[in-house]
Amino acid sequence: MTHDILPPLGILAELTHRCPLQCGYCSNPLELLKANRELETDVWLDVFRQAARMGVLQVHLSGGEPTLRQDLEQIVATLAENGVYTNLITAAVSLSQERLKDLKSAGLDHIQISFQGARPETTEKIGHYRNAHAKKIEVAKAARQLGLPVTINAPIHRLNIAEVPEFVQLALDLDADRLEIANVQYYGWAELNKAALLPGREDVDRQVEYVTGIREQLTGILNIDFVPPDYYADYPKPCMGGWAKDAFVITPDGMMLPCHAAQSIKTLAFSSVRDMPLEKIWRESDAFNAYRGTDWMNPRCKACPRRDIDFGGCRCQALALTGDATETDPTCIKSPYHDRISEIPFTDTVQKRIIGGAKQKAPAEQA
Amino acid sequence: MVATTRTRAVLSGTTVPGIPPYVRLLFDKVREQWAVLAPEKVMWPDEISIEILKKCDGAASIDAISNALASEYDAPLAEVAADVLEFLQEWSDRRLIVVLGPAEAQA
Ligand code: SF4
Ligand code: SF4
Repeated sequence: MTHDILPPLGILAELTHRCPLQCGYCSNPLELLKANRELETDVWLDVFRQAARMGVLQVHLSGGEPTLRQDLEQIVATLAENGVYTNLITAAVSLSQERLKDLKSAGLDHIQISFQGARPETTEKIGHYRNAHAKKIEVAKAARQLGLPVTINAPIHRLNIAEVPEFVQLALDLDADRLEIANVQYYGWAELNKAALLPGREDVDRQVEYVTGIREQLTGILNIDFVPPDYYADYPKPCMGGWAKDAFVITPDGMMLPCHAAQSIKTLAFSSVRDMPLEKIWRESDAFNAYRGTDWMNPRCKACPRRDIDFGGCRCQALALTGDATETDPTCIKSPYHDRISEIPFTDTVQKRIIGGAKQKAPAEQA
Repeated sequence: MVATTRTRAVLSGTTVPGIPPYVRLLFDKVREQWAVLAPEKVMWPDEISIEILKKCDGAASIDAISNALASEYDAPLAEVAADVLEFLQEWSDRRLIVVLGPAEAQA
């Protein structure tokens, strides 16, 4: 059975790995790229023109911290000229009000501001950046004044899960349009720090109950998007809406990936946008075709009625926890490895995300 | 409990709906299909939904939109009006359309 390759809808463009914050939950890889490895402006602009021609309608400008790229205005302008909807995903501490104004004039459609905590001391502690909270609030207010829609992104883990109700209040106080309560996904630095970040089961249950209630209560007042923690769910999430189905990632140095953790699958060979047109990588590269559709699936997933809903879950997580990237994602209750999910020991030390790499290897790599 | 001065808009026939600047209605040439782009979302509404959205020009009331659709599609007005109101209320609840005209009773 073959499958149609549809044109991609969205790109997560990681413009840089540099970031003034050092969050231990960051999903960036442990080996962060230095500035000299980043794509030049004209390469990014060409990439985005190609993407628009392919049918990409939305680009998420992310990082690291995308506002550290001095050419961000140019990038936004090029995307806007080509009719692409732009979403800036920022920690906001390095974003001045003048730049925000310039980005808005360049055509920026939406800004997503991450808050590491709902309280100033939590934001400061998790991001290791003084006064970060006040800075973020300033940027959010400035964005609303400019008429930019704002999403507050709350990355949730053990150290801030108790603040979920306060995040809702914060989003309302800042006149945000959306609040994203996103339980951290354990890739990169978050995987390394998993034992210190994974919330307890009871806290998760309490959070799910609270969010379900408040969402209903705030219908038409605040949009709340909820990314539940997949470690405690019965079924996995469809990563990226399905491998190579309608979105892809570009890393700061130009590697085109089906998902942002895909490079953890060492058996796959990835291509750079420097070497090949995006269209060719999307349609022809082995890495994109490896887990596209359902042909690659193990018999358990292939026979499962949910296979077109979650596509067997996350390939990277399957590999990390079972050693086989074609296995059922172990967060699924049908996985024979499902027990491994609950075997994670708890610790209290979080390693700061720093360029130059982690002090110790991730547990998965030691095994 | 959370505190907010915001209220949920309850739409009626006299409401004038509009598309906010951060929601974009466009014809996608690659897929030859209408799309709605919103913060972190791409939607593909069906033909009739697109017709409703196109008429949300910030001037027409929901009654006017229903009237126009009923005559274009040669369909009973009461049915059309109920469908249009339900659709727009749902989109308003997701903050994808905004109320621009007469402030109605708020729940
Ligand atoms: S998670 Fe924290 S450290 Fe990682 S890119 Fe985002 S703000 Fe920077
Ligand atoms: S068996 Fe596979 S397809 Fe079925 S729910 Fe689990 S992960 Fe999804």
